[in-house]
Amino acid sequence: METATTSSAGETVISARGISKQFAGIEVLRDVDLDFRAGEIHALVGENGAGKSTFAKILSGVHRPTRGTLALRGELVEVPNPLTAQRLGITLIHQEPVSFPDLSVAENLVLGRDQGSVLGRVPWAKITRDARESMDQLGINIKVNVPMRGLSIADQQMVEIARALASDSRLIIMDEPTAPLTPIEVETLFKIVRRLRDEGRTIIFISHRLEEVRALCDRITVFRDGNLVHTGDVAAVDDEEIIRLMIGRSLKEYIHKRRTEIGEVALEVKDLCLPGLFSDISFEVRKGEIVGLAGLVGAGRTDVARAIFGITPAHSGTIAVNGKDIGVAEPTEAIALGLAFVPEDRAAAGIFQSLSVEHNITAAVPGRIAPRGFIRHALERALANEAVQKMRIRLASLRQPIGELSGGNQQKSILARWLLTDPSVLIMDEPTRGIDVGVKSEFYDMIGELAESGRAILLISSELPELLALCDRILVMSEGRLTADLSRAEATQENVMREAVPKSGVHSPTVAA
Amino acid sequence: MSGAEDATTRTPPAADAATPRPRWQVILVRPETVTFLFLIVATIGASWLSPFFADVRYILESFTFYFEFAIVALILTMVIISGEIDLSAASMMALSASLFGVAYQAGLGIPGAMAVSLLSGVLMGAFNGFLVINMKLPSIIVTIGTLTLFRGLAQVIAGDKSIGKFPAWFIGIDYRFVFDVPIPVIVFLIVSLILGIFLGTSAIGRQIYQIGTSPIAARHAGIRVNRIKYGLFIAMGLVSSIAGLLAASRLASVRYDLATGGELQMVLIVMLGGTYIFGGRGTILGTFLAAWLLVVIATGMTVANIPINAQLTVLGLLLIVSIIATNAIHVRTQR
Repeated sequence: METATTSSAGETVISARGISKQFAGIEVLRDVDLDFRAGEIHALVGENGAGKSTFAKILSGVHRPTRGTLALRGELVEVPNPLTAQRLGITLIHQEPVSFPDLSVAENLVLGRDQGSVLGRVPWAKITRDARESMDQLGINIKVNVPMRGLSIADQQMVEIARALASDSRLIIMDEPTAPLTPIEVETLFKIVRRLRDEGRTIIFISHRLEEVRALCDRITVFRDGNLVHTGDVAAVDDEEIIRLMIGRSLKEYIHKRRTEIGEVALEVKDLCLPGLFSDISFEVRKGEIVGLAGLVGAGRTDVARAIFGITPAHSGTIAVNGKDIGVAEPTEAIALGLAFVPEDRAAAGIFQSLSVEHNITAAVPGRIAPRGFIRHALERALANEAVQKMRIRLASLRQPIGELSGGNQQKSILARWLLTDPSVLIMDEPTRGIDVGVKSEFYDMIGELAESGRAILLISSELPELLALCDRILVMSEGRLTADLSRAEATQENVMREAVPKSGVHSPTVAA
Repeated sequence: MSGAEDATTRTPPAADAATPRPRWQVILVRPETVTFLFLIVATIGASWLSPFFADVRYILESFTFYFEFAIVALILTMVIISGEIDLSAASMMALSASLFGVAYQAGLGIPGAMAVSLLSGVLMGAFNGFLVINMKLPSIIVTIGTLTLFRGLAQVIAGDKSIGKFPAWFIGIDYRFVFDVPIPVIVFLIVSLILGIFLGTSAIGRQIYQIGTSPIAARHAGIRVNRIKYGLFIAMGLVSSIAGLLAASRLASVRYDLATGGELQMVLIVMLGGTYIFGGRGTILGTFLAAWLLVVIATGMTVANIPINAQLTVLGLLLIVSIIATNAIHVRTQR
């Protein structure tokens, strides 16, 4: 591979100065100064919403900074869009590869590259030959004339890496690349990433997993609440210290000390199956118990929750609430039986963006605000007000569109909505995603209180520390199956991860029906 | 709420402190306010163009020409708020009216023939609902399809001839008055009032707005999205068949081409009333005012001797302007 510019290791490739970003008036990134060197693997870590992905997107031209400058080898540059970024030699590889699934691997490889004149012929033979060469360079065996759709996530990532190399990127940003990969695939990826570094390229590696950062990276930068809080050699900090930097306090402070009486079985799921998504799911959650559901992205956790709540019902299996067997075909029925579900995708499935906070909070209890079919406003106002007080939702007015509230206050409103239905089983899917750290701890307290009041709680989370701190038991899913049921004593980060990684070695793509 | 303060001091000073809009602004950006202003301007303009116009009785009588579409537009408003659309209404009017005519000719008598017509309306609405909800097809395509299908069936059933000879008591609803007000106007007032109260204050009315805002969030909140949408499509069929009967009474005959092109007038009325084409917003009051606006503009142009083809141009422009206006308002208020 011929390289236009050769950078000697250690030289600064790109430097960011005072980078800030606001979304709708909320500052998500504040005055970030950071240099990346040639020939290094640089880890960006931080909690969800800490700003690391936003920073990566600014580098790669997906977002433009509100303030601040970028310099490439000492020269100020503007990166208004991803195409410019690619021309400057910067490539972002997304966690879920964004490709054109119906185009071939070779076609995906040349996307965004100049291909001669608008009316000119497409040089298919050359494209195919080039594509094959890129694959050989990476030492991977992927057929270049098959459509992307048929490839595993890992192979799709490899194609994206090949694409970055084909356009001779000097800075490659990988946003949580290992999340959907099996251990073997992770090893292959690491090998390639190390080789890229040795060629003098810079790799920015965004990850949640400290052991990976330790195994792979040279330097580490920690983000918290939109601020850069630490940059340094990976070897110079221990895990404890990194976690403390990430969350701003020691994790141990979160650990729930409550001792709740665990009562009878509130939710019992038996042999739940939905072909292609999950199978043979059986578990129970008792009153007063917080049960965690851990697993990697795509393990089927959300699908199980959606099946229980009747959004996409399972094909077979039984669900019992408080000892009664139920057939849930619609969320309406689930709610009537005492189930509640805080969905993962708050913006699409949780809130009614443009409707008032009040209407959002009372959405699941038409019977309480409209006893005879017609809404009694005083009643509705009182219910909403009480919920706002109880959940400490910060707002200007109940008539305000809920979209104007911060993520944490939106999520509190959703929780408030469900508490009005007085559920006996509460299922929460990533309830603290995209929420400020301060509000997060409020949520942890609330979840604890809900369990104390005798409700059964099923908590899905990708943040293991959160599950370990809150849950009485942790169920682990992998590839659509339950692989473990760990008591609080047995549950450690290592134990959970061991059960969560796919055993088959074959990544089963979860095809959306 | 003081407890929240210390917990969130580290979060950016933020959007959760946004001040609510002043009340006058809330009222001003209501889309039906624009409709109301348009209505006043159009009325003044029309009276200025022609002295014959400023006669209440004349306006009320003119309204009877538009009345059938206006009444269907009231239900269409709710369908559009729920995020769907039904373009087949005028064809449903034609098919149900043709069935009415054929049934009457076959000796069923007026009440029996009316029952046939209303039943056919319900079935046609349910058919639209089935295609949109069970087959998960986009309503705009489904109802363009059924628009053609129902009109074609009407032609097959009724042939190309007019069916008439209805009894005298059945025909001429537009020439009957209560206290000097034509019956269609009274019917429109009452139906508007009932639907306005239903949409504005009932739990189901609220849910129609929520479905239109986000059908996914609505489903997650336990709202019976499919059931309510089915209900709306069936209501569309039913009101269309009622409108078909009213047209039959007014025209004293039915033909397969009854109300041809009416779907566009209906959509025009709903859009003029400030209902948001992508769902979630709109009011019965807006549609009510817009129906009058349309009457004032159309008859105003007629009395001012503006040729009929120029009138079409004006109506087309009006539709586009109203869509731009409501869009602008909704985008602004959604930030």
